[in-house]
Amino acid sequence: MKERLTERIRSLRVSLWTLIVPPSVWAAHFLFSYLWAALNCAKVGQFARFPTLFAVGTVLALLVILAAGAIAYVQQATPGDEPPHESGTRVDRLRFIAKSTLLLAGLSFVGVIFTATPVVFLTDCR
Amino acid sequence: MHRIGRARCAVIGAILLAGCNRHQSALAPFGVEADQVRTLTIVLLIGAVIIAGGVALLMQHAIRTPGGRLTLPQGMRLVLWLGAIGPTILLFTLLAASLPLMRPAPVGAADLRIGVEGEQFWWRVTYRPPGQPPVVTANEIRVPVGRTVEFKLSGGDIVHSFWIPGLAGKMDMIPGRTNTLVARPEKPGRYRGVCTEFCGLSHALMAFDVVAMEPAAFDAWLAGQRRPAPAPATGPARRGAQLFAANGCTGCHAIAGTDAASMIGPDLSHIGSRTAIGAGTLPMTRAALTRFIRNAPGVKPGVRMPAYTHLSDADAQAIAAYLEGLK
Repeated sequence: MKERLTERIRSLRVSLWTLIVPPSVWAAHFLFSYLWAALNCAKVGQFARFPTLFAVGTVLALLVILAAGAIAYVQQATPGDEPPHESGTRVDRLRFIAKSTLLLAGLSFVGVIFTATPVVFLTDCR
Repeated sequence: MHRIGRARCAVIGAILLAGCNRHQSALAPFGVEADQVRTLTIVLLIGAVIIAGGVALLMQHAIRTPGGRLTLPQGMRLVLWLGAIGPTILLFTLLAASLPLMRPAPVGAADLRIGVEGEQFWWRVTYRPPGQPPVVTANEIRVPVGRTVEFKLSGGDIVHSFWIPGLAGKMDMIPGRTNTLVARPEKPGRYRGVCTEFCGLSHALMAFDVVAMEPAAFDAWLAGQRRPAPAPATGPARRGAQLFAANGCTGCHAIAGTDAASMIGPDLSHIGSRTAIGAGTLPMTRAALTRFIRNAPGVKPGVRMPAYTHLSDADAQAIAAYLEGLK
């Protein structure tokens, strides 16, 4: 079961597009934070009083980044070529992009938390 | 060489000594908010010193240690912990320490509101005590200690910024928008505030005195400000009052209890009770008043008040005597 899942993940397409999934989610969450606060300020006059939608959006963003990171973690250990993995072969490229994705996922995960904390902490629109 | 070294010491000493003032310093707070800002500054400074010291020690260790002391996994683990996880935890701790300051202090309907409008280059100040009519003054702000004060800040002409370093953080004053700053003074005394957004030629001459008073004294002072300006008591002051009207000063300035009611320039009803003139530019003396009346643009470049160089010294001094008596 676990081997089959690992094989399935390693067979997923890897490209520069998958590389930018975690930072894109981070950027989208950043925009979402601003829009959510701005809409609440315009309609309610304050924010972070009912942060259910914001909490759901934040958890969703973290889950997507976690998933991208987990996939990248499995992919960056794809066996095949000999170390050091720095040749222009298919496996080495996959390992390189997957490792980069994993690091970006870590950064984006922290970034989303760092964005969400002030939003939840502040309450008024001054 | 020796002379350059001495000059350098003098410059550094002067810069450091400039920080040793207690009336306009964020490090000498007289309000709750500024006190929190100072604490945060110290926390962040300690954090920065720990990071800088840690990195320096690590670098020294890395340079002195012969190669091959760490295996690849050990090296990677070191990078992961000291390069990623450690800084993340440290930065998050500092973020968490700074966030409570961003939450504005609570303010109620019974608290004093003070409207401050930035103009080129002075401050229009309107006290709005709950349940009482407003009181308009200028270029000096008085606050009661132990009470919450809500400043309503706006820009009358262009963007200014309002900062009383010892009381609270600074806040922009934007035309067409009202920004709110809540503060709670704690220590009575005389302090200073400044404009911190470049607003024109006399930006550096746009300051104001801040007087933190005991609540009872503040209430008495506010009641005094509500009263009409005192009638001129001396001969020169009476002549000054006539000259004030005859030279068109009433076209811009208001003096409560007289025909002067224009709001273009600062309200002068009780100007004699302030400690400075021209928004913290000159001391409140008759000579300084005379100088300002005769040539305001010479004292404050770019100011909208025209020069009255055609006034004789005696006439300008008479007007100054009149204004000095408006306590």
